[in-house]
Amino acid sequence: MLSIKNLHASVEGKEILKGINLEIKAGEVHAIMGPNGSGKSTLSQVLAGNEAFEVTEGEVTLNGENLLDLETEERAREGIFLAFQYPVEIPGVSNLQFLRTAVNAMRTHRGEEEMNAAEFMKLAKEVSKQVDLDPSFLKRGVNEGFSGGEKKRNEIMQALLLQPKLAILDETDSGLDIDALKVVSDGVNALRSEDRAILMVTHYQRLLNHIVPDYVHVLAGGKIIKSGGRELALELEEKGYGWLGIKDEETADSAAN
Amino acid sequence: MATTDKEVNELIKREYEHGFVTEIEADTFEPGLNEDVIARLSAIKKEPEWMLEWRLKAYRRWLEMEEPDWAHVGYPKIDYNSISYYSAPKRKEDMPQSLDEVDPELLKTYEKLGIPLHEREKLAGVAVDAVFDSVSVATTFKEPLAKAGVIFCSISEAVRDYPELVQKYLGTVVPHGDNFFAGLNSAVFSDGTFVYVPKGVRCPMELSTYFRINAANTGQFERTLIIADEGSYVSYLEGCTAPMRDENQLHAAVVELVALDDAQIKYSTVQNWYPGDENGKGGIYNFVTKRGACIGKNSKISWTQVETGSAVTWKYPSCVLRGENSVGEFYSVALTHNYQQADTGTKMIHLGKNTRSTIISKGISAGKSSNAYRGLVKFGPGAEGARNFTQCDSLLIGDRCGAHTFPYIESKNKSAIVEHEATTSKVSDEQMFLCRQRGIDPEQAVSMIVNGFCKEVFKELPMEFAVEAGKLLEVSLEGSVG
Repeated sequence: MLSIKNLHASVEGKEILKGINLEIKAGEVHAIMGPNGSGKSTLSQVLAGNEAFEVTEGEVTLNGENLLDLETEERAREGIFLAFQYPVEIPGVSNLQFLRTAVNAMRTHRGEEEMNAAEFMKLAKEVSKQVDLDPSFLKRGVNEGFSGGEKKRNEIMQALLLQPKLAILDETDSGLDIDALKVVSDGVNALRSEDRAILMVTHYQRLLNHIVPDYVHVLAGGKIIKSGGRELALELEEKGYGWLGIKDEETADSAAN
Repeated sequence: MATTDKEVNELIKREYEHGFVTEIEADTFEPGLNEDVIARLSAIKKEPEWMLEWRLKAYRRWLEMEEPDWAHVGYPKIDYNSISYYSAPKRKEDMPQSLDEVDPELLKTYEKLGIPLHEREKLAGVAVDAVFDSVSVATTFKEPLAKAGVIFCSISEAVRDYPELVQKYLGTVVPHGDNFFAGLNSAVFSDGTFVYVPKGVRCPMELSTYFRINAANTGQFERTLIIADEGSYVSYLEGCTAPMRDENQLHAAVVELVALDDAQIKYSTVQNWYPGDENGKGGIYNFVTKRGACIGKNSKISWTQVETGSAVTWKYPSCVLRGENSVGEFYSVALTHNYQQADTGTKMIHLGKNTRSTIISKGISAGKSSNAYRGLVKFGPGAEGARNFTQCDSLLIGDRCGAHTFPYIESKNKSAIVEHEATTSKVSDEQMFLCRQRGIDPEQAVSMIVNGFCKEVFKELPMEFAVEAGKLLEVSLEGSVG
């Protein structure tokens, strides 16, 4: 489904990704782990088409189509979804209006009819329950005054509504207490299907206890330095990033997190 | 980052959809202003002697006044002798007695603008006074309103038919010497709307005036006077458009509102005068004095404005809160684009006890435009227990526009309370990225974000207008991201 070959990307002239190679097939769940500053979030942003990052080399295809030629919104309509690490607020725009606009943009792209307000309200209420968000959140401004956990659940709700081909989850576990982590993980597990791939980006392995990946990759210095199965994550937890010869200042202070 | 700014700047190319010209034979004065011109104007309108005297007094006062230069706007000096002070469509008879006698070209013009004037197609529940250049061409729903005792007619008719009311109130809220543009208007005002709602009457429908400037090189100087007698209520809407022309045109209106005991006036404006082209050529100079006097106890005046048009806007709809417990409100969305300049805001003058006012101002700047909020909150010595709440928010689109806030507070009463909040934000790259990542077009994203920003004001508009206003912002922002 997704094929990344020798991907190099930089921000403000500084190279962050230095030759990423990765193949993801439909139905698979991949986890990208790595210390802070390794380029994990950059990879998610580049795949989603954030124009703050410049791709300097390499290619990315989604089902054979060159992804890098597409605008951000076109990639989204082709099925790329990014759950943000820090979802931004849009004051005054109701969650419901925002989500319906997004769902209808996708439907229009697929040549389907737009959903009217009543139909969409019904669907959105069902999905909000799936991530344990009170339907009153639908009427509030997008992420406006949401707690960290509510923002993350809101992101997963969007993935469930938009039904992407490839869902990229950027540090979706950060800032979640154990109950919220469970809700979010259940939401992500509900996304798992034969024709959908999931790419999780995370610093800690604890998320992987809830969402069990098929493959784990370790990203350091802008390159994937090791790939393996589920056991790689457990080994990392036990031995720390230092085991792979990677410096990680964060792990030491925030291991208790 | 720079990428979004570039997109946003590219988006700022819009089409003005009301820019057409109506080909119609008109009686237009030669440019120039002197006492003879005013006398001719007054004669054409068959005005009584007192009205002419009133105008001449204003004119003489105006000659001694200076054009204000304190606003945060710049424009070339206006030559007041190069403007024509009267232009009206030619009529076969003196006044059309019914809509059937109104020139079909004119009816077509209003239809094109979405304001059908024919009885059968009239806007449901909204009575319209249509002002074309210097004259009122039609007023709808006159009869049902008359049944309720509401007077809704052009100011010219009111001067002839209801002289006592006009004489009693005209110039009491905005006197001759108030400011340069108000003085000019008092001398040469051509038409506008007059509303009187009698005691205890809730006006059965929305009243509205649609102002259209058509003729070239003319100024439009309308004068509106609305009186809400004790315990009455009226909601009034105004809309404005003009053809696209390379020359700037002057629009200097005066609006006076008077609310007696327990009366309420809600005044909403959607101003979409031609803003000039993308290089800043042409457009309307909108120099307007709007003021309401809450002279009665428990009275309330509420201004809601959505300002998207005009090359230069200079406008401060205000409330003088004289009556005890009276309330003034100002809700404003002002959007500037390309080279548009706006200096707008309000004055809340608290004179009576326990008077309250609320100011919510939302300024949106895009392109190379400049958008200033200027507001005065003043408490007189008698304003015991008075309160004001002010919130001024600015939203910037792109990185070449400017937003400025000039709040003034003067208090002569220690018990008065003022709260002031102000924010400035940008349509951020992160917000744009979130929207686009969810498959939403950049244009739609900007318009959604801007509409969200304006929500507090839009909810004050009558329903039909709120929808219009939302659409208008969308059109106005067209081309502001790419």
